[in-house]
Amino acid sequence: MTDYQGPVQRLRLTFSKGEEVKYVGHLDLHNAWERAFRRARLPLAHSQGYNPRPRFQIAAALPVGVTGQAELLDVWLDERLEPGDVLRRLQPLLPPGFGVSAVEEVDLRAPALQSQMRTATYRVVVDTRETVDGLRGRVRSLLDTPTLPRQRQQKGKLRTYDLRPLIHDITVTPGRDGQCVLDLYLAASPEGAGRPDEVLDVLGLSHTSHRIERTGLVFAGAEFDK
Amino acid sequence: MDVDKTLERILPNVNKPARYTGGEWNSIVKDWEACDVRWALAFPDIYDLGMSNHGLSILYDRLNSAAGVLAERVFAPWIDMEEAMRAARLPLFSLESRRPLAHFDLVGFSLASEQLFTNLLNMLDLAGLPVLARDRGDAHPLVLAGGGAAFNPEPLADFVDAFAIGEGEEVILDITTAVRQAKRDGLSRDELLRRLARIPGIYVPRLYDVRYHDDGTIAEILPLVPEAALPVRKRIVTTLPPPVTSPVVPYLETVHNRAAIEIQRGCGRGCRFCHAGMTYRPVRERPVDEILAAIDELIASTGYEEIALLSLSSSDYHDIENLVGALAERYGDRQLSISLPSLRIDSVSVNLMDRLQATGRRSSFTFAPEAATERLRGVINKPIPDQDLLSVAREVYRRGWKTIKLYFMIGHPTQTIEDVAAIVDLALAVRDVGRHTLGRKAQVNVGVSTLVPKPHTPFQWVPLASEDEVHAQQDYLKEHLRGPGLKLNWTDYQLTLHEAVLSRGDRRLGAVIHRAWQLGARFDAWGDQFRVDAWRQAFRESDLDVGFYAWRERDLDEVLPWDHIDPGVSKRFLARDYQASLRGDTHPDCREQCYACGILTAFRDECADLPVDAWVCPTPGDK
Repeated sequence: MTDYQGPVQRLRLTFSKGEEVKYVGHLDLHNAWERAFRRARLPLAHSQGYNPRPRFQIAAALPVGVTGQAELLDVWLDERLEPGDVLRRLQPLLPPGFGVSAVEEVDLRAPALQSQMRTATYRVVVDTRETVDGLRGRVRSLLDTPTLPRQRQQKGKLRTYDLRPLIHDITVTPGRDGQCVLDLYLAASPEGAGRPDEVLDVLGLSHTSHRIERTGLVFAGAEFDK
Repeated sequence: MDVDKTLERILPNVNKPARYTGGEWNSIVKDWEACDVRWALAFPDIYDLGMSNHGLSILYDRLNSAAGVLAERVFAPWIDMEEAMRAARLPLFSLESRRPLAHFDLVGFSLASEQLFTNLLNMLDLAGLPVLARDRGDAHPLVLAGGGAAFNPEPLADFVDAFAIGEGEEVILDITTAVRQAKRDGLSRDELLRRLARIPGIYVPRLYDVRYHDDGTIAEILPLVPEAALPVRKRIVTTLPPPVTSPVVPYLETVHNRAAIEIQRGCGRGCRFCHAGMTYRPVRERPVDEILAAIDELIASTGYEEIALLSLSSSDYHDIENLVGALAERYGDRQLSISLPSLRIDSVSVNLMDRLQATGRRSSFTFAPEAATERLRGVINKPIPDQDLLSVAREVYRRGWKTIKLYFMIGHPTQTIEDVAAIVDLALAVRDVGRHTLGRKAQVNVGVSTLVPKPHTPFQWVPLASEDEVHAQQDYLKEHLRGPGLKLNWTDYQLTLHEAVLSRGDRRLGAVIHRAWQLGARFDAWGDQFRVDAWRQAFRESDLDVGFYAWRERDLDEVLPWDHIDPGVSKRFLARDYQASLRGDTHPDCREQCYACGILTAFRDECADLPVDAWVCPTPGDK
């Protein structure tokens, strides 16, 4: 392996993480992908050194319990392959709940996925008796608040942070059967990420039955798709 | 009740929710309506441990491969999930179809150890099923149990309808056929149990009566109906069935998250403390070609990056060096790591590890001398000269491993304080070897457990060491095994005592187990969950005595509570081997010479048509 020149191709997968697998944590997700690639006999590139690991990057950790519609994953290969071929080989070997909708090649030297992330959009469907207008009012006053100091456990320590700048926007629309649909536009950058469950907590909705799905990830420079 | 809806509400608030959701790669969800015999395979510990159990994976595969049969998994929910389930009145459900256990025909528990007994009761209760067998009726699933701890089924006689003794691969299909027929014939539960009792290897405790002497020992064990066999001989497979090549791949990091293939079953070493060594006989090997082909399939179907070659003593496999060589050649450039648990302490093992870890990390190397003096190793029949141990340690350190783990037991028969002191000397000698080779980086981790005398072993008659003795010995080790490059772990005596009492218990202990569970005992193997207070109170409320089960030396002619269960190895042999141990006589590997343990006599008919080398028994000396 001394003449190893490094990976020859970098592919970007757009994938979904559905209901069946929404409780699979971020680290376990890495293993699940590694095993799917191995089942498909795709030539994963490995990190060099003491304990070689396959090279993967997942754009942003999805909170446990949240489904994802268009998540992003970069993978490095030791052989060049047609992106469409990779898609075809991988698809039948994915566990139920996972889907790959696109595979495209990206420049080997492109910046890390995580560093390009700016915004994540979430759709929350809430089973509430509240009217859309009532909820809109509370959302407006939340957005009018200059700061939202919150506490969160991090590495065993209670850390205080401001949630407000991490919320870019929230919209409320009526859903089916009297449900309310919230679309959250939250920061998801290396400097900080807004958690949807924290926003729901501020809105007093954490104990109301709801489902959260991350609908998209927005890169730096990309248009805010609202 | 809508299980999905309830789970939606409770799962976000429990630790590791993926333990309870199923849906893993290779998990099998068969059409419920299209199957007429439905098994829930229950493992009475958490998912993380149960999914590392090879036996469960074999049974899951066997049953789901059969037409018209389905098998779904269920594990013990961890404390937080149990609370949430009880609060939500959510009955214990299977991972595949999320149906309550009460909907299945059979609930089969895999009993890896005695420390899981209260979890079995707890799981039945969480499923809304009566924990006592006599309280269950025709509408309830049949509750079965098998596995290593079922070789003494008596402590669970009140709770389990029928036990499968020995290897499960064939008997589960026999049970399935009997249940299918019983459903067609509309048999009552009692009629079905009597029919099951006719199947070799099946033990139905309610069909036997146990009579006691005034001193509490057993006078006799009597079958009550003609179907009840005496003894109940364990089942074996004469040749190892094809290995499982598409096991379930968990999402969670389980204890052993890797592909596994059994290369050999049984062990001929004859270590006298070893329950598996006595009860898993005869030794049967899987051919090299079959192993290699199966590993190809396993890797392709799972995507695992590690494969474990399972055996009670991997380096005893006849062609181990060629097997490992072939694997290294085939997978060397595919980032597959190969692990070999249970290696003997010899240079072959070092060479093997060397080949396996040519590129990987060299973290630690484990040896289990079990006793620290040559004399005591003779008593337990694990003869290894000190010199060999040290020279192998030198080889290990020289090749770059930094840590050697040494496993010992205290409380062996005839052990003296010199034998305990020798643990310190040996550990220090190994560390010195390491320092000469590696310098200050060399590390020795010493694990010291206490011998739990097990049924069906040559030590089944000996007392468990007393608490005072064990504490004094542990204190000695704690005092002398400290300093740089040394680490000591030991087992809490209360956990040892608990295991010892249940291991050699009789059916009267059912009342104690039931009461301890009512008082909150469960997860007894977990040091932080073990409820010594509950067990003590349960014993106080009974008229039974801990010492009777734990600290009593049994007479060789005493009727033991498990005497009606026949593992193929005869009680006569065990007694002879126990007496040999007291003289320090060793019996080397029975591949070389037959010691007439009884296995060939017991399975004379089964091995009659087999090729001569199907079992590694060298001469049919006992035939």
